[in-house]
Amino acid sequence: MNALARRLKQGECEALEIALAGERVACDPSGVLYLPAEDCLVVTDLHLEKGAAFARRGMFLPPYDTAATLALLALCLDRYRPARVVCLGDSFHDRKGAALMPEGERDALAGLMRGRDWIWIAGNHDPEPPQGIGGETLLDVTIGSLSFRHEPTTGLRRGEVSGHLHPVARLAGRGSRRACFATDGDRMILPSFGVTTGGLNVLDRAFHGLFDMPRALACMIGHAGIYPVRFGALAAG
Amino acid sequence: MTQSPAAPRQAELITVEGGAKPDIAILESEERVPWQGHTARYALPEVYAAIKAHKTTLLFVNTRSQAELLFQELWRINDDTLPIALHHGSLDVGQRRKVEAAMARNELRAVVATSTLDLGIDWGDVDLVIHVGAPKGASRLAQRIGRANHRMDEPSKAILVPANRFEVMECRAALDANYLGHQDTPPLREGALDVLAQHVLGMAVAAPFRADDLYAEVTSAAPYAGLSRETFDRIVEFVATGGYALKVYERYAKIKLTEDGTWRLTHPRFAQQYRMNAGTIIEAPMLEIRLIGRRTRSAIARGGRPLGKIEEAFLETLSPGDTFLFAGEVLRFEGIHETSCLVTKATSEEPKVPYYGGSKFPLSTYLAKEVRAMLADPARWSVLPDQVRDWLAIQKLKSIIPGPNDLLVETFPNGKLFHMVLYPFEGRLAHQTLGMLLTRRLERARAMPLGFVATDYSISIWGRRDMGAMIADGSLSLDALFDEDMLGDDLESWMADSWLLKRSFRQCAVISGLIEKRHPGQEKTGRQVTVSSDLVYDVLRAHEPDHILMQATWADAATGLLDVSRVSDLLARIKHHIVHIDLDQISPLAVPVMLEIGRESVVGEARDADLREASREAMIALAMGEPGD
Repeated sequence: MNALARRLKQGECEALEIALAGERVACDPSGVLYLPAEDCLVVTDLHLEKGAAFARRGMFLPPYDTAATLALLALCLDRYRPARVVCLGDSFHDRKGAALMPEGERDALAGLMRGRDWIWIAGNHDPEPPQGIGGETLLDVTIGSLSFRHEPTTGLRRGEVSGHLHPVARLAGRGSRRACFATDGDRMILPSFGVTTGGLNVLDRAFHGLFDMPRALACMIGHAGIYPVRFGALAAG
Repeated sequence: MTQSPAAPRQAELITVEGGAKPDIAILESEERVPWQGHTARYALPEVYAAIKAHKTTLLFVNTRSQAELLFQELWRINDDTLPIALHHGSLDVGQRRKVEAAMARNELRAVVATSTLDLGIDWGDVDLVIHVGAPKGASRLAQRIGRANHRMDEPSKAILVPANRFEVMECRAALDANYLGHQDTPPLREGALDVLAQHVLGMAVAAPFRADDLYAEVTSAAPYAGLSRETFDRIVEFVATGGYALKVYERYAKIKLTEDGTWRLTHPRFAQQYRMNAGTIIEAPMLEIRLIGRRTRSAIARGGRPLGKIEEAFLETLSPGDTFLFAGEVLRFEGIHETSCLVTKATSEEPKVPYYGGSKFPLSTYLAKEVRAMLADPARWSVLPDQVRDWLAIQKLKSIIPGPNDLLVETFPNGKLFHMVLYPFEGRLAHQTLGMLLTRRLERARAMPLGFVATDYSISIWGRRDMGAMIADGSLSLDALFDEDMLGDDLESWMADSWLLKRSFRQCAVISGLIEKRHPGQEKTGRQVTVSSDLVYDVLRAHEPDHILMQATWADAATGLLDVSRVSDLLARIKHHIVHIDLDQISPLAVPVMLEIGRESVVGEARDADLREASREAMIALAMGEPGD
């Protein structure tokens, strides 16, 4: 099935509510995290203007990725109507992305931000505040008992929510790769949200040491909902 | 060079008089010829005896998995420990060269090979060629048989070993064709647009070009003779700025139309980029297989002995500990380390996971026609082995023998389900496409189809409703079911979201320069930095479905993966020639395809069943309060 069509449908599925370092959080099948107590929606790795970033280097990827990503995000915002939005970094694919963003996309983003407390966390792709876009840019932020940053810090961290790694998981022996929320109940790494972002298997070396393995779960995004699967039942690749 | 029948001849055909007639036989086994399958395991003792009776034997098979299997089976019965070797394209080059050298020194008694040895192997004293499985094409068979006694004055000696009953007929047809000197190499395919895009950029790298001149030059090449100017211009636009309806990449253009009317490169780095990515052979992602003694840290660091390369997609289906057959050995999959697949020698003799893959040739149109003709004419059955003749005779008694241009459609109940079996003899690829389309149409006709399976010879579709009864009471019309309009909307809507199209798109995207090739050394940076062509495809399809690259992808898939032209020819051929018979039970001719059911995966995506199953335990744990607080 077309990944975009699938993601549009996933918006209608139920979120998985779990405990994260003592807070109730909802992993939404669209790939965003919602914190009911704070009325805050968290999303990571939008990679807006990725097509344009590649075009600047001579690879003309379709110029429709930003519009598609923003349309999906608009659906999430309509559903949760959060007072606050935190984007966990790599919101733009490169440093020029925000400044050179075409008018239409710029207006669409402004529409989403209007009337909301909007925080851009700096990522490795977009270390500087997005030019002419608004919102507040921070290196990290603490909300309630959870702290938010782009790259996960090494070792076990209670209450840290991050992005950067684009976690995906695959069941041992069968099935395709699915984006997932990776968590051990203490920390969580969110799936990438941008429509043309790939993924990295949670069994990859980049994830080593980040989770308390016996408790580690990949909350995998399926066609009809979110399915928590223990790391032990997953395969590499 | 292959000639298109419609176009004027481009080269003289030289027929050489004389030469020794080849001595070709079809193996007549004492054993029962199997109903289905491709291994020809039943005939192994006779194959081994033939090897023993000759100096050097070349054994040809159609796929790498068949080569592995045959090699392993031969060694299992190799009581005289004859030097028998294996040669196929996935093996390590060093290992292949060793086999070739040993063969040149006449040290080998037999070599099991795939198409890697089809051409150009003229050394060694090969006095027998054994072809295991059907040859699929008369020209291919001629080529392979020619490997034996490669001299004009001595006859080539060959034995064909059909792996199942339909293959007996196919071997017979190929053999008759070979005696008659028929050639059935497929004609030239139409020029691909992704290749054209690469060429256009290449021309700009060489020197500024004029569109008119380049168009004239390109259309002077036979495969591009039919290229329209409009399509050509769209390809130039594609090379320049991506050719999107939404024109936002103008300022990043790679080539620009200048005032003197020529297209020029805008920056020398695009020339460098072009050179890094030129070429049109896109291989499936492969990993090197390395054999280590034990799974220890130091063994992994040393890397082990290279055995060859294997498709990443195959490895993705394995879990550590699974065993599979490769390079003639049963190997235990230990894991993937960087870009290598690490394996150890397995203790078991039986591999757990069969390794399919490699090439699958479609049955040539010519041979298909010959097989249909042979089936239709009981007078010709006399040359077939008893078992096969009996099989056809019982078919004639219980059902129908279709005429050479008829399409036989049989319907019968089987358990709680109802089957419809058809016999187009057009090759597995075309049958798979047809099966997919027919299932969609049967669904619309409320026949409640559940799945289908296709072989080179026939298709079986099954469902919940009695399709025979539906045809009888007029609620299902065969003429409407097989109408040629199925190649319109039905094909399009099915294809659009099919993984087949995504595979073609990836190829087109790389060849046309939309996405860069992965270069050695880049693999280590990890997957997250590469562009997923599947996701790019989804975005493009949703926003600009008639983009020129989508058209290129479609054309590519239609020829390479789907054999659409063959389905189209078939539908035209069988119009008003559909013969339906409703039976109480399965017919003899239906047995082979019915036995395939369950051996192959059925249509449709495996939905969330696996995920749901795997998450059950964690879901319960979660409900009971762990992990977390």
